[in-house]
Amino acid sequence: MSKIQNAVIGSVRTVIGWVPAGWLPGGAPDPLIERRAAIGSQASRLDGPLKVAGQARFAAEVVMERLCHAALVHSTVTRGRLARMDTQAAEAAPGVIMVVTYRNMPRVGPLPLMGMADLSAVGNSSLPILQDAQVRYNGQVVAAVIAETQDQADHAASLIQVDYEREPARTVFEEAKAHARTPASVLIEKNHVSVGNAERELISAPHSVDNVYRTPGQNHNAIELHTVTAAWEGESLVVHDTTQMVAPSASALAKLFGLKKEQVRVLSPFVGGGFGGKGLWDHQIVAVAVARMIGRPLRVTLSREGVYRIIGGRSPSEQRVAISADAAGKFSALVHTGYSVMPPYGACPEQYTMGSRALYDAGSFEIVQRHVDLDIVPNTFMRAPGEAIGTFALESAIDELAHGMGMDPIELRLHNIAERHPLSGTPFSQHALKQAFDDGARRFGWERRRTTPATRREGEWRIGMGCATGSFPYVRMPGANVSITLRSDGTATIACSAQEMGMGTATVQAQHAADRLGLPIEAITFELGDSALPAAPMAGGSSQTVSIAGAIAAGAEKLTLELLRLAGNASPVAGLRPSEVRLTAGGIASTSDPARNESYRSILARAARDAVTITAAGSAPLEMFKFAMHSSSAVFCELRVSDVTGEVRVDRLLGSFDCGTILNPKTAASQFRGGMIMGLGLALMEETLFDERSGRIMNATLADYHIPAHLDVPQIDVMWTGIPDPRSPLGARGIGEIGVTGVAAAVANAVFNATGKRVRDLPITLDKLLTE
Amino acid sequence: MAIRVNGEDVPPPDDIRVSLLDLLREQMNLSGTKVGCNQGACGACTVLIDGRRVLSCLTLAVQADGKSVTTIEGLGTAENLHPLQAAFIEHDGFQCGYCTPGQICAAAAMLEEAAAGMPSYLTSDLTTDRIILSREEVQERMSGNLCRCGAHNGIIDAILEVAGERRP
Ligand code: FES
Ligand code: FES
Repeated sequence: MSKIQNAVIGSVRTVIGWVPAGWLPGGAPDPLIERRAAIGSQASRLDGPLKVAGQARFAAEVVMERLCHAALVHSTVTRGRLARMDTQAAEAAPGVIMVVTYRNMPRVGPLPLMGMADLSAVGNSSLPILQDAQVRYNGQVVAAVIAETQDQADHAASLIQVDYEREPARTVFEEAKAHARTPASVLIEKNHVSVGNAERELISAPHSVDNVYRTPGQNHNAIELHTVTAAWEGESLVVHDTTQMVAPSASALAKLFGLKKEQVRVLSPFVGGGFGGKGLWDHQIVAVAVARMIGRPLRVTLSREGVYRIIGGRSPSEQRVAISADAAGKFSALVHTGYSVMPPYGACPEQYTMGSRALYDAGSFEIVQRHVDLDIVPNTFMRAPGEAIGTFALESAIDELAHGMGMDPIELRLHNIAERHPLSGTPFSQHALKQAFDDGARRFGWERRRTTPATRREGEWRIGMGCATGSFPYVRMPGANVSITLRSDGTATIACSAQEMGMGTATVQAQHAADRLGLPIEAITFELGDSALPAAPMAGGSSQTVSIAGAIAAGAEKLTLELLRLAGNASPVAGLRPSEVRLTAGGIASTSDPARNESYRSILARAARDAVTITAAGSAPLEMFKFAMHSSSAVFCELRVSDVTGEVRVDRLLGSFDCGTILNPKTAASQFRGGMIMGLGLALMEETLFDERSGRIMNATLADYHIPAHLDVPQIDVMWTGIPDPRSPLGARGIGEIGVTGVAAAVANAVFNATGKRVRDLPITLDKLLTE
Repeated sequence: MAIRVNGEDVPPPDDIRVSLLDLLREQMNLSGTKVGCNQGACGACTVLIDGRRVLSCLTLAVQADGKSVTTIEGLGTAENLHPLQAAFIEHDGFQCGYCTPGQICAAAAMLEEAAAGMPSYLTSDLTTDRIILSREEVQERMSGNLCRCGAHNGIIDAILEVAGERRP
């Protein structure tokens, strides 16, 4: 990200700052905040019956004539050249159609990297894909075997022999730090922030902490494997993918293969978990290019090992957090700096300082992220990128400071909660972290915590409590489009290319559309997962719900206009302007005189129409620049640590969230819990073991990379303030990722409370608690 | 001989190396059975052979010769749900739904195991023939089925509800 970008974003903020709020999206609160009926109800997932019956069709389950299969061969060295590739035995193996290497792979350009400048750029890696003899990271695809069946492809792939000319590789984090880069911006934020003289404050303050926290790499590990089926029909391309970027993938593929947008259709009705990992990577490019070359549909399904090899995860990090406070506990300095891996051919800056920029006031700030360049599969966004690990460092540090001061850690936090955005001074649209802490502490029984660590035990177990703040920014994406079709039988279909990977997108938007259009939820159908539908942005940044909600709101306005036109002069609503009516009870009614109304049925019947369809785009998300829009949470944990084995068992976990309106308490609770469980994994077990000698991932299986299993997961209590954000559609802010944040710190702080041992190096495994 | 899959006989594959998972998913297009690892680590491929749960990715199809295989499609349909399937919806025991068929098949067999008095690692009295399915017992017995969306609480709630209904 560039200096130019900083200047552009900076001037947008300045200009928007002058514009009166009323002119902007969110200027007047969404009227549905007051009027909701279906929203806020405990609707079960509309796709539930299909999913529990095994009838939801996932990407690898499309039956197709003449389908062939691929197995990928991954490099076993980190950097070097392919000196010799013997593919003869593979080519002669039964069922093999072709072996593809850089020699016969069609020429395709690199993918433009995901970025802020061009929203159709969605690449996670800009490295060439099977285009030359160069190996750039360990696990890179060096060949693909295409065969009639998957078994035949897998077997033949095992027959390929590769000799490499090795070249020196950068694989050691510590060494690479010396050449770290300092980007000008991190996402849309200016990277380096320096307010006052934080280092001097640290020295002079009566209380301070200054420590380094380390977090390892992690992988998304969606249970569904990455899989894509590419089928050319003449010059048109149909792609059945499992992707969290349906429409953006279609545009990117069209560009890459020189096609018109209409010639590419990406279908992805169900995604078996994404978490940031299901984007556009090498295997889709191989599938599309090779399917065209062989003139047959081709399916590429990664093995579980393959997912670890070529789909990057969360970057490892090393973060310094230093905080100083005056005698009363007011922060005089907040320093958050550090290193994460981001090779120049990757797209994800692992924005771990975002929480430190938004949560607390301090007399001075020093914030900067540095990027370490390793020869490694490019890391990418993984659920709560940055914030998941940034809150670990920040919120551990606050706990350490509170302990040093002999102060309750909640009190210390509440003392420093920002009233306005601490760096920009912009007012928050809505912010109730204090209430989240108060409510959470009461429900959790925080007052039962012992302030002196290592004083509560039962048998071999030491027991402790901890808490932390969680944090996630509000994002609404530009470029969200929907169509609304209203039929004379009183039903409506809302359609856009959005993705369903477990968030309950269709369910919640059906609830929303029901309220927006004044129809019962049973009358609404929501279609998604198809790039032929109006384009929705990718699912990322917890933005999908509000982005689509904004488009539906815009659509309802357009529909109102169209209905008034169709209603004509004979209608009871004739002569009313769009601003004078609302859509309610299956029709249009005057806001001031609800008796003046006409049903959709009647309007359409008189106009002799079966249906009316409009398409609309959501407004530009300028509210994000006018206001500081940020969600936060208070996370509480109680756990036991075995004196004998060092094992940590989490007994209780509570999340108290401030995320605006909760649209569906049932699916929202699941989203929160799901995030918190990923946070538990982050805290206690998850680690992509990277061999710094070879540059190779050592635990590329679900047996060796541990994620929380049923017995690891306690009953998780979730609650929320539910206070609507007056500036966002429906008053909602995204909830898909915030659950992950704060959890690792709450666990680490509870471990300290239980044992007196401070672990600053995730995950908190048994060995770290056994050593003195 | 034949493999009885959801009540219908199918011939065992000619190639004895074909896994039960591939027979179901790739050859019979019974794609309700999922694949998350193909190496016995995730539980997504769980099906029942003569009522007992197996990981179909680690089972050769020919091992089911002469036996009866039940997949998620054989437990219930979207129109006619098995009690566990209905309880999963009620308790929101899934998000993406990919681990779900495996979880439900595993749960169905697990309830039978408990009813038959089979102890788990958490059962304190190994000689008992009456297993009380506490929350922890169910958690332990379901730990072979991973869920990355984090639907664990809902899954266990759903199973406990069905277990409660079955209790004499
Ligand atoms: S696919 Fe069989 S256990 Fe994972
Ligand atoms: S519901 Fe997605 S993996 Fe369990």
